[in-house]
Amino acid sequence: MKVAYWPGCVSRGFAPELHGAMARVAPLLDIELVELDRAACCGAGVIAEHNQELADTLNARTFALAQQEIAKGADLMMNICSTCQGAQSECQERLDANTPYRDHVNETLSAEGLTYEKGIANKHLLWLLVEEIGLDAVKAKVKRPLTDLRVGPFYGCYIVRPTTRLGIDREHPRDRYLHQLIDALGGTVVDYAGQYKCCGFPIITMNQQASLTQAGRHVGDAMDAAADCLVTPCPLCHLNLDLQQPAAAGIVGRPLNMPVLHLPQLLGLALGLEPKELGMDKHVVKPSSVIDWSTSVVASAA
Amino acid sequence: MPDYTLRIRRYSPESGEAAHWDEFPVDLEGHRSVLDGILQIKDRLDGTVGIRCACQQAICGSCGVRVNGRPVLACHLHLDEAFERAADGVIVVEPMGNMPVLKDLIVDMHEVHWKKIQRVTPWLIPDGDPPEREYIVPRDKMIDVTQTMACIQCGACVSDCLSMEVDPLFIGPAALAKAYRFVGDPRDGQQEQRVRDLAEDPHGIYDCTHCFNCIEACPKGVAPMSQIMRLRRIAGDHGIEDRNNGHRHETAFVRNIEKNGLLHEADLLPDSYGGKFHPRAVPVLVSSLPTIVRALQRRKVTPARALLHKHKAPKEVKRIFRDVHDREERYELNLYVVGEEENGQ
Repeated sequence: MKVAYWPGCVSRGFAPELHGAMARVAPLLDIELVELDRAACCGAGVIAEHNQELADTLNARTFALAQQEIAKGADLMMNICSTCQGAQSECQERLDANTPYRDHVNETLSAEGLTYEKGIANKHLLWLLVEEIGLDAVKAKVKRPLTDLRVGPFYGCYIVRPTTRLGIDREHPRDRYLHQLIDALGGTVVDYAGQYKCCGFPIITMNQQASLTQAGRHVGDAMDAAADCLVTPCPLCHLNLDLQQPAAAGIVGRPLNMPVLHLPQLLGLALGLEPKELGMDKHVVKPSSVIDWSTSVVASAA
Repeated sequence: MPDYTLRIRRYSPESGEAAHWDEFPVDLEGHRSVLDGILQIKDRLDGTVGIRCACQQAICGSCGVRVNGRPVLACHLHLDEAFERAADGVIVVEPMGNMPVLKDLIVDMHEVHWKKIQRVTPWLIPDGDPPEREYIVPRDKMIDVTQTMACIQCGACVSDCLSMEVDPLFIGPAALAKAYRFVGDPRDGQQEQRVRDLAEDPHGIYDCTHCFNCIEACPKGVAPMSQIMRLRRIAGDHGIEDRNNGHRHETAFVRNIEKNGLLHEADLLPDSYGGKFHPRAVPVLVSSLPTIVRALQRRKVTPARALLHKHKAPKEVKRIFRDVHDREERYELNLYVVGEEENGQ
């Protein structure tokens, strides 16, 4: 399968291990990544908050660039960031629902010779795994089942709400896909209070106390539920849950020690890749409870 | 006739007893509402179950509860749909969140919701003397606020607001949507004062964490979070440099992308506080040092990458910023107002 690949900003910025892990995992699943290297940031909701048309135009441009790759043989557009998925889905909803508006945005793009045609398929890796590749096929490639590993899914916000915009329905229970994937990889799903809540990242510069209280509580809840690690489809959540975890521990007043994995890292471990190849040494919270470094095998906390 | 089981959270503060759960069978068809089920329980099995309700047709906003963990109007959810989402076949009904429980499913709307509504000065303050006859307002100037006018004050969005969960003083989605109803009203004369007040409040418009829970919760399509974003845009129009760094963060983000095409995080943090050497930024950067050092230690970021951002915005991206910013008026499509086209359009 060939995809027009949008890695987003953070996976090439403060969470480089995500982009790296994706590059390692892709060939194992026969995914050919054609990177959209001319595209710009999705706006993460902030550009839309500043000027909706600006965000819609930037993302229409990204879609148009992806459609050029689709015309050349890519199957669809793929991203690896929930925030990109949510922000782009929001723009796509407006662009697809109103022809005069789409024409107006395309007018701006026309100077570059680009046009967005309504109805692009833009799927997060998580959706692609379940809907395009299929969990049975993923399961068949598992070399190192995550036996006894207790994994807490952290969905966050952008990839699950609003449900209609994100195409969550009976046929597409996308708000259960992390559960299904952990299960397919042989791990044990740990449910805990914060799995669909906000990591707090969007307000880290405006209200640090509230932001880190959110992150700290969710990590604490997962510890109380005896999870070995969390897995998230969103690198921005990863920043608040991992990079900021020591600070969050200070705010919520309890010690926290919860490794947080990016989705392709969890996948890569099960597919037999080594933790270092997946950039797991770049995390602030060392994934010791996930990895036995001496043997490089996956193990739950003793 | 199909049977359903409702598990209802019971709590009476005066009793001195802890909250507990009671299960009741309900003998109704699946197309009847969860509220019908609760009322049947009150009628046949236990008259002491507390629920507030009135119209039973999703317009009075009285019967907000959580069903299977999600905020809904009890009268607006069919038993068969609730059953489908019930984890173990039992429909779980509990009071809304973020508000104190008065009894069973009844929460104290006054203590949280209505006080916050009062907070935003929810009435029109026109400039000058009123006209002799009615105000004449062009239709297109008023239509923008119709979305917030659809609010029925049920509190579903307040129940699940994730910012309010960690900051109870957050003004919250319902009250801020109400604020936009007046900020966006062309007859109001206090737009700037209103948005300045809401922007400067540490628990105001910049305390919203963008989690979409209120959009998901609202039974009337008000999309409170979208109204909060409108308030932020208007605060920006008035050039309000709020003490919460909300507007500065927004501006820093937009400029960052205009310059780099992709986000350069190492610049965004200091710029959100006014720039690396601004007195406001220095204490923040100092207090962030442990985090920065950890990131460097773990080779998440290298000093070279943090200081020099290789990626620059293509000229076409810069042109889009220019073109859109140069427009005389913002083009803001609201699907609630214009609706979605039929397929094939």
